[in-house]
Amino acid sequence: MTIFRMLLLSLIGLAALGVVRTRDLVSQVLALTFYGMLLAVMFFAFQAPDVALSQIVIGAVALPLMIMLVLARMRHRERTLAEQKDGR
Amino acid sequence: MSQKVRLRIFWICAAGFACIYFLVAKNLPPWGHYRGPYGDVISSLSVYERHATDVVNAIDYDYRGFDTLAEEFILFTSVLGVMMLLRPPERKATPSATAEESMSPAVQLAALPCFAILILFGLYMSTHGQLTPGGGFQGGVIIASAPMLVYVAEHFRAFKRITSHPLVEGLEAAGAAGYAVIGVTAFAAGVPFLTNWVPLGVTGKVFSSGTIAAISACVGLEVATAFLLLSYTYLAEIIADAGKTK
Repeated sequence: MTIFRMLLLSLIGLAALGVVRTRDLVSQVLALTFYGMLLAVMFFAFQAPDVALSQIVIGAVALPLMIMLVLARMRHRERTLAEQKDGR
Repeated sequence: MSQKVRLRIFWICAAGFACIYFLVAKNLPPWGHYRGPYGDVISSLSVYERHATDVVNAIDYDYRGFDTLAEEFILFTSVLGVMMLLRPPERKATPSATAEESMSPAVQLAALPCFAILILFGLYMSTHGQLTPGGGFQGGVIIASAPMLVYVAEHFRAFKRITSHPLVEGLEAAGAAGYAVIGVTAFAAGVPFLTNWVPLGVTGKVFSSGTIAAISACVGLEVATAFLLLSYTYLAEIIADAGKTK
């Protein structure tokens, strides 16, 4: 179990590095989700199932959803503004 | 400041941080050796005092229920703020082509059981908060993720029919108010605000632990509807415009 926890913690470190190194925004959100799921497994391995559930819900649903929605809105706004400029 | 100087300053700071971090990590209690008295007291008392087998929820919805009430209203107020800021301008939404496109029948078929399972699991989670890990917040988000599945597999129309229903707004308000009302009912029993005055029931049964179960259900309702409203508010304008620009 100790070795499993050590491997898990190093994997989380690697995943965090991966999230920072990803440049494309949408892939970064997916990387962040993966990192969140790893965190949930870590909480579970350290015997905190309640925190693990909250982390799954936040990391896999709430956070990526919010970022994706904001991204969609920003792109939409940019496109509408560009079209208005073309129209004049 | 050149790149070299900047990098040197960074390494000095990083070395200092590493030293402090190492010292702190060395003095951490070993894993599983909790040092404070409060946690031990509450985890040995919560089953006896509140008949709740999930100590985390006993703390959240009872021992520090007032904090959670404020947290719930933080969510309520922020959703309200987003809805006011992003409210769509007055115009007739034209039914657009993209709003009607749906995925292949295979995806729809796969999404249907997932939808049912998500709703069921969310309901289970928000009503069993006092017994097992989970609770209102987690259950609420799980319920709210089911209509997202509808949006992915079906078309926006179906998603809109669920999320823009007037009932959703009403239920959100009812969920937020329910928590406060449960707190106020304690006055009728002649005890302070948010006291767990309801008969506690048998430990391990669904209808046990008094107000904890009721508050958990209220929070589940509030969180689920809040996330639905939020996602609809964000998406409404984009989908309404999608047909026009094409």
